[in-house]
Amino acid sequence: MTDLATSPARGQSQSVRILLRWSLYIALGFFVMIYLLPLFVMITTSLKSLEEIRTGDLVALPREVTIDAWLTAWSGACTGIKCEGVRPYFWNSVLIAVPAVAISTLVGAINGYVVAQWRFRGANVIFALMLFGCFIPFQVVLLPMARVLGIIGIAGTIQGLIFVHVVYGIGFTTLFFRNYYVTIPVELTKAAKVDGAGFFRIFWSIFLPLSLPIIVVTVIWQFTQIWNDFLFGVSFSQAGTQPVTVALNNIVNSTTGVKEYNVDMAAAIIAALPTLLVYVVAGKYFIRGLTAGSVKG
Amino acid sequence: MTKWLEDHLPKLMLAPSFVAVLVFVYGFIAWTAWVSLTRSRLLPKYEIEGLIQYERLFASPRWDTALNNLFIFGALFIVIAMALGLLMAILLDQNIRTEGAIRTIYLYPMALSMIVTGTAWKWILNPGLGLEAMVKGWGFERFSFDWLVDPDMAIYTVVIAALWQSSGFVMALFLAGLRSVDGEIIKAAQVDGIPTWRIYTAIIIPSMAPIFLSAFIVLAHLAIKSFDLVIALTGGGPGFATDLPATYMYAMAFSRGDIGQAASSAMVMMAVVFAIVVPYLYSELRAQKDD
Amino acid sequence: MAPILEIQNLYKNYGSLEILKDINVSIDSGDFLVLVGPSGCGKSTLLNCIAGLEPISGGRLSIGGQDMTNVSPKDRNIAMVFQSYALYPTMSVAKNITFGMKVRGVDQSTQETKLAQVAQQLQIEPLLGRRPGQLSGGQRQRVAMGRALVRDPMLFLFDEPLSNLDAKLRVEMRTEIKALHQNLGASMVYVTHDQIEAMTLATKIVVMKGGEIQQIGTSSEIYNRPANLFVADFMGSPAMNLIPARTQSNDDGTHIEILRKDGEPIVLTDQVNRGLPSDVILGVRPEDIADPKMRGGGNVQAADCIVDIVEPTGADTYVVMQLGGKSVTARLHSETTAQPGKTQRLAFDLGKVSYFAPDTGLRLN
Repeated sequence: MTDLATSPARGQSQSVRILLRWSLYIALGFFVMIYLLPLFVMITTSLKSLEEIRTGDLVALPREVTIDAWLTAWSGACTGIKCEGVRPYFWNSVLIAVPAVAISTLVGAINGYVVAQWRFRGANVIFALMLFGCFIPFQVVLLPMARVLGIIGIAGTIQGLIFVHVVYGIGFTTLFFRNYYVTIPVELTKAAKVDGAGFFRIFWSIFLPLSLPIIVVTVIWQFTQIWNDFLFGVSFSQAGTQPVTVALNNIVNSTTGVKEYNVDMAAAIIAALPTLLVYVVAGKYFIRGLTAGSVKG
Repeated sequence: MTKWLEDHLPKLMLAPSFVAVLVFVYGFIAWTAWVSLTRSRLLPKYEIEGLIQYERLFASPRWDTALNNLFIFGALFIVIAMALGLLMAILLDQNIRTEGAIRTIYLYPMALSMIVTGTAWKWILNPGLGLEAMVKGWGFERFSFDWLVDPDMAIYTVVIAALWQSSGFVMALFLAGLRSVDGEIIKAAQVDGIPTWRIYTAIIIPSMAPIFLSAFIVLAHLAIKSFDLVIALTGGGPGFATDLPATYMYAMAFSRGDIGQAASSAMVMMAVVFAIVVPYLYSELRAQKDD
Repeated sequence: MAPILEIQNLYKNYGSLEILKDINVSIDSGDFLVLVGPSGCGKSTLLNCIAGLEPISGGRLSIGGQDMTNVSPKDRNIAMVFQSYALYPTMSVAKNITFGMKVRGVDQSTQETKLAQVAQQLQIEPLLGRRPGQLSGGQRQRVAMGRALVRDPMLFLFDEPLSNLDAKLRVEMRTEIKALHQNLGASMVYVTHDQIEAMTLATKIVVMKGGEIQQIGTSSEIYNRPANLFVADFMGSPAMNLIPARTQSNDDGTHIEILRKDGEPIVLTDQVNRGLPSDVILGVRPEDIADPKMRGGGNVQAADCIVDIVEPTGADTYVVMQLGGKSVTARLHSETTAQPGKTQRLAFDLGKVSYFAPDTGLRLN
């Protein structure tokens, strides 16, 4: 906290200060409302019937709460030709995200450990090259990646998407772990070497037990990135293997039949729920990842 | 032999990632750059033909719109997000008791997928049933807010949704910056009798210059990569009115089957990112070396 | 018996940068070798090379008579104490001490016996269950020592182990390390930038600068007969006075003429050292400029000097004056009558002075 707020301002009467304080709260409250409004509208809309949506008010609470839209969104909404809701795609996202997060975190941990603690000539150049990979617009790799996935024979599969997410996640996970391990004195590794421990023993017995905070940050970051990904999902999946974001977009933009806004909103909330949950439970780590990923880069 | 393995194990462990980055980042960039210099259409060709794809690209009205939109969107998004972020950070820095809760609320959109954000705002901005209908329902019959379907205004709806998604994050960056200013300098200024607003404008904000730079880089990067949001919110429409380079590239690559155009537009995006990120990364890495 | 540690023609480069140049040192069993020098002189790099933590670029290195030039640290039969102690933060004190044995597959009961023994020796039994984060600086230092002791190695390596302690604790631990060395009769290599630590602990000192050895010798050799101007200046506090002077050979000895700002030059006659070049740097320790009443003998010469500053420190009083264009410090007893601005008669003990060549900096006598 900067000390500005607590110090008494000179030359201000009591009433002016109260007025300022109130306008401060009103301004903050206004922003809170703006940020909450879309979520509020999404939730209320998803609980209304289509009839009520057409006749009612955008921000009004539902007169009659119904979860029909949620049921439809989960297992009945149409994404193009199929009408199975977002359920299969939700599980696709889980199947993609869980292994991709696990693998990229593990690889990042080992890479960060090597770059920070086993400095050899050229390690920093390799790290810089990896780091730069975080910043490229992925459009530049879409075409060749599509071909390579085809050549390996995993085009349009869940494995293909896992592979893509791991490859382009390594830069960030390495960055996270490297920046964390670089704060641990190299003497620790040296002491363990003299004690007779080798590369993996030192990692396992000394570094891994220290790494819980950074593992949490990295897992949350990677999970959010991969779950929320759309570009890779839409480019490298086919009917049946799409992640939930792609399915959501298909539902919302499907042109057949009546537009069911309540179903759209329910589907959107379902797609957002896992990352939202992570944010609510571990917001501190989420923010740390955001700032580490963007500032330190 | 074991000694050799022992000595080289760290390198061996880093090698797969290094190779992956070389191939999948740098090799792929090279491939795209190569193809952007050929006559590739539906299938890639590998005979270099010069800059014809770039000539086609810059002659295309759709690309022209996309590039224009990027500048409008990018400029508005970056400037407003920074201004809002700074404002909210300063407001929150006034010893607010519920700061934690408010901060959480300002930041949660960042956890959402852009597709979700786009879906939500598409509904809110829907002229027939959303905000416009609501205000009309309150009795303002003449009220009109149909930017989403107005080709001249649709790009601004993308700005609105993007601001909602990212300004809280900028706030968090700035708040951390405000808190990192040396407390003794502020105390010295207070002892000197400098008014609070002057302390902000003359001392605190100038000392946050590196954070402004970071925020700028992050936002610019977000703007150039923006793809999901446009797809979900406007689908690039009405017509091609809200196309961005990212959506143009995608359309060429996967719907139009014009690999040459896709490659050349991707390379232009790459160049823009390069121009912004490389000097930044360079100075960052150098600063780290000086530590 | 073969030397415990023998280093021959050791070189260390980082790219084209030479960190260590042609290092030759050897120590015998029970020696306490101290590597001392200013920061950046290569002393820590040399220690890391001995430990095998840094590969060397040229030369050989043997420990206990065995060539260790290309051997991993774990197989060198060494133990090391680090500046930051490098205690494993997630392990208890007991686990920190036994980790090395565990890695080497020493059986449980031996581990426990050795742990108990070391813990008793260092009086850290009450700390065994704690984490490093819960210990004070001095306690961490002890645990780091314990981790080294439990190995019972052929050679102990210390990398500035006391530099993170406060002044009082540092003196205490210094005494303890010395006692430990005497009790164990172990061989040790110890890096420090603190010349007092070097003097008090070492049986053999290596003074380094710019990656090169300046002098190897016992504390008294280094102190009394520094090999060059750098060693003369670096070792000892307050530092040795280095005064430019002119010499002239006469029948009664060498006349040494020191210029003064105002007044006649001081002329001293050294009856022992003869055949010096005409320009020299006279090196004289502060304690070798004394009160004439307190110091007599064959090669002591008195002269009048004008005192600039008087600094009482309790046991001694330092007196500063200008000689040969330099500030010169004399160490007098605390009851001295010296007054700033007044003339004081001072005795120079020419039996203990050093002469250096101004151009090469090398010792002449």
